[in-house]
Amino acid sequence: MIRIQEQDFDIAAEYAQLAQGNSGAIVTFVGRVRAEDNDRDIASLTLEHYPGMTEKTLQSVVEQARARWPLEQVSIIHRIGTLNAGEQIVFIGVSSAHRAAAFAACEFLIDILKTEAMLWKKQTDRSGNGQWLEPKNSDARRSTRWKTGS
Amino acid sequence: MIQVLYFAQLRELFNLQQEQLELTAEISTLGDLRRMLSQRGTRWLALSEYKKTQAAVNQQLADDDMVLQAGDEIAFFQPVTGG
Repeated sequence: MIRIQEQDFDIAAEYAQLAQGNSGAIVTFVGRVRAEDNDRDIASLTLEHYPGMTEKTLQSVVEQARARWPLEQVSIIHRIGTLNAGEQIVFIGVSSAHRAAAFAACEFLIDILKTEAMLWKKQTDRSGNGQWLEPKNSDARRSTRWKTGS
Repeated sequence: MIQVLYFAQLRELFNLQQEQLELTAEISTLGDLRRMLSQRGTRWLALSEYKKTQAAVNQQLADDDMVLQAGDEIAFFQPVTGG
């Protein structure tokens, strides 16, 4: 299940969805808007997407995970629009028979999402200055290591 | 006609979200389109910084040698930063 939406999500409801089967393990991840980033006080983030292609790229990320691990359900929710510090941005949920696959797939999904999904973040600080974010080297490394096995 | 979309930084830089362009004899590939657009002015040079500005044709990432066809949807954008 892949959703791009402006509204917030309810982790309990998303967990209930993942728990409908009889999977032995469920792992979830929630990404939130940091209040501080590189010594800047962050008031909000604005997320832009490419309708249609964003969903396709997320579907591809899910397919890549399913090719690597035996997964039951996979949920990705990504919010768009303007989100204030502390708000939830992204939800990843994975169910599988065993925890090893669920943990690994959840981490893989967020790492690959960050470098492949069509989404862009603009950060606005407390003085109202906005700046589009550049990809982080650390995110690129985390994504690459899944592809190269290093 | 082709549809050209600009996202995020580029949308703000060009003050343009999308436009329709006629495919001419001079524009047969994505690289040709990129060069033609980057001649519009200083701000448009961002499109020729190939390593930074990426492109998609019909919602698939594409390289400069991709041949364009009437009806294509072409998008230009900087590297993604979601999550």
